[in-house]
Amino acid sequence: MSDLFNVSSGPHIRSKYTTQKIMGIVILALLPTTIYGIVHFGIKAAVLVVSGIVTCVITELIYDLIMKKPITVGDLSAVVTGLLLALNMPPNAGWWMPVIGGIFAIVFVKMLFGGLGQNFMNPALAGRCFLVICFTAEMTDFGYDGITGATPLAMIRNNEAVSVKDMILGNIPGTIGETSLVAIVLGACIMLAFGVIDLKIPLTYIISFVIFMGLFAGRGWNVDYLLAQVAGGGLMLGAFFMATDYATSPITSGGKIVYGIALGIMTGIFRCFSSSAEGVSFAIVFCNLLVPIIETLTLPKCFGKGGEA
Amino acid sequence: MAGFTFKGGIHPYEGKEFTKDKPIKRFIPSGEMVFPLSQHIGAPAKPVVKKGDRVLANQLIAQAGGFVSAHIYSSVSGTVKSIAKHRVATGDMVESVIIENDDLYESAGPLPIGNIEDMTKQDVVDAIKLAGIVGMGGAGFPTHVKLSPKDPDKIYYCIVNCSECEPYLTSDYRRMLEEPEKLVAGLKIILCLFDRAEGILAVEDNKPDCIRKLRELTFDDDRISVKALKTKYPQGAERQLIYATTKRAINASMLPADAGCVVNNVDTVVAIYQAIIEKRPLTERIVTVTGDAVNEPANYLVPVGTSMKQLIEASGGFKVAPGKLICGGPMMGFAMYDIDVPVIKTSSAITCFTKDEVAAYEPSACINCGRCAEVCPGRVIPSRLADFANNHDEDMFLRYNGLECCECGCCSYVCPAKRQLTQSIKTMRKLVLAKKKK
Repeated sequence: MSDLFNVSSGPHIRSKYTTQKIMGIVILALLPTTIYGIVHFGIKAAVLVVSGIVTCVITELIYDLIMKKPITVGDLSAVVTGLLLALNMPPNAGWWMPVIGGIFAIVFVKMLFGGLGQNFMNPALAGRCFLVICFTAEMTDFGYDGITGATPLAMIRNNEAVSVKDMILGNIPGTIGETSLVAIVLGACIMLAFGVIDLKIPLTYIISFVIFMGLFAGRGWNVDYLLAQVAGGGLMLGAFFMATDYATSPITSGGKIVYGIALGIMTGIFRCFSSSAEGVSFAIVFCNLLVPIIETLTLPKCFGKGGEA
Repeated sequence: MAGFTFKGGIHPYEGKEFTKDKPIKRFIPSGEMVFPLSQHIGAPAKPVVKKGDRVLANQLIAQAGGFVSAHIYSSVSGTVKSIAKHRVATGDMVESVIIENDDLYESAGPLPIGNIEDMTKQDVVDAIKLAGIVGMGGAGFPTHVKLSPKDPDKIYYCIVNCSECEPYLTSDYRRMLEEPEKLVAGLKIILCLFDRAEGILAVEDNKPDCIRKLRELTFDDDRISVKALKTKYPQGAERQLIYATTKRAINASMLPADAGCVVNNVDTVVAIYQAIIEKRPLTERIVTVTGDAVNEPANYLVPVGTSMKQLIEASGGFKVAPGKLICGGPMMGFAMYDIDVPVIKTSSAITCFTKDEVAAYEPSACINCGRCAEVCPGRVIPSRLADFANNHDEDMFLRYNGLECCECGCCSYVCPAKRQLTQSIKTMRKLVLAKKKK
């Protein structure tokens, strides 16, 4: 017999896409809004971003080492979690807050459930919700430049006027990553161009949210009000960067639409009927829990059995 | 007009330029020829020669072992050395007739097949059976069985699969370019069998020259049309091809005939022409020797039974030590650990890579991105099926339509975590199907 060659079951070629590349593109897509946040809020925002990323990466590394698991920080998912967590913090938060939130997100939400892909909730948002509950005052202090800093969402709640132009450009108070609509949409376009996300979840989310607000917010179809609701808070950042998180959204295409609608309704309920002006993170975290059942109910029909070909 | 297509699929690197412009060369083998008795789906053929017999080229050496089986002819003249187990490309040891080639190529003469004008439909099917023709696209289903559906009047489409969607392969492409007349004539013979059927030549639109040639040859025949398919893998998978050309969707448990279709591959149709018109049995096929590891990639007309080793030597041998050798294309071919295996009726190519791409990647955790489900032409969810397969959860595997997988490999190809999705599902399907058979 001649020399032996490598064997394996086909296919024998693979696409160039890797988990690491996908995460890299997400980080790239988050850069515009990160940079804008740092320019807008100053050095303290940069400190939070660094603190969030470093905490998440080191936490995952230590967890892997203690549990004698393969080191998984190379897939960059911890960087994404840390960055998103920081972008969801008000600029006035202390540097130690992303540390607490990051450890909670990585250990209790991600790693204990089996690591990447196994988490049942978006780790960054779960981390943020944890911080909002523990440190409500700090997490809702949006003052900057010496202004008390009510976010546009809080202002329209009190029937104050908001500037549409400021919201689009991002010249408003808010969390580090949520203020500039332009920067977020730019990032979303990067992800769409690379095929990292599709529009199913973000579009159904935003549309169903607008319809819900039009019907139940008691302001009717007031364009300024609805625009402020969409652009003035965390909705855009949440819809494009967090609702689309692979591990915590349905894999079926029908399920993505159901999930988007559920998100829109939940966000609407939180914003209209809760004591807080914001509601995106809680809505997403809540809907994350619905994903398994949504998936079971939206199993696609297969080819030749009535399914779309 | 947008090309005909289906939903899902992938666009891997085509790799066709290695051999696309290489005309078919006749390859003359020497030494030992190996004829496995199982070159088709169904019962193995039964040898009709014994050790020491002198055989001629085109002489029957093994007879079909049942209805779903096929005759095997010698492609050379020589002496039967032995009838013994020999390794084939899939790695199995298969009972084979081994003939020492005497390099004289003395022929046993034409097959006893009459004139096409005087033949009944049954005569044509019998002649195809006599010539030992099987599906040469890879599956090796005996063609006479395919052409004998329960109700021939319910066949509305005779499709020739000219898509050649598998990367790197150019054997069908060269055949269409060099002998399109034989292909069209072969299709006309098939159409004689089915009065109500129209003929469709389904070609991927990355072969515009073939489309043009075939259209020129068929423009005055209103029973035959040439359809340009969108270039996408697996456009040539039987069920996807039927859908793309006729908009009829069948599931995995149905046969093409259930949708009124008969699907044959290019080389098979040419073999039918050669049997009926030239009265020659199936003893040769076109093999593409390609990949970045061989010195001179080429397309050869190869007598069945030739050792693949000789073909590689004819292509100038390896540039560097190859990392992976594949019988067939990179998506659905079999990796070989030994190249001293014979070319059989279904061997379309030998693909030689310098690097084993798959071994370079370590599978990691599923991130639930859904790319596998997006590209799956069977519209199942490969990532879930692979989990069920790995956990051996047969109930869930069946509930998630695991048997609908056509093993095309798209999911493994796109998976960013490089998980072995197709491989897990394939294994589970085999177990489930074997259990069902019992």
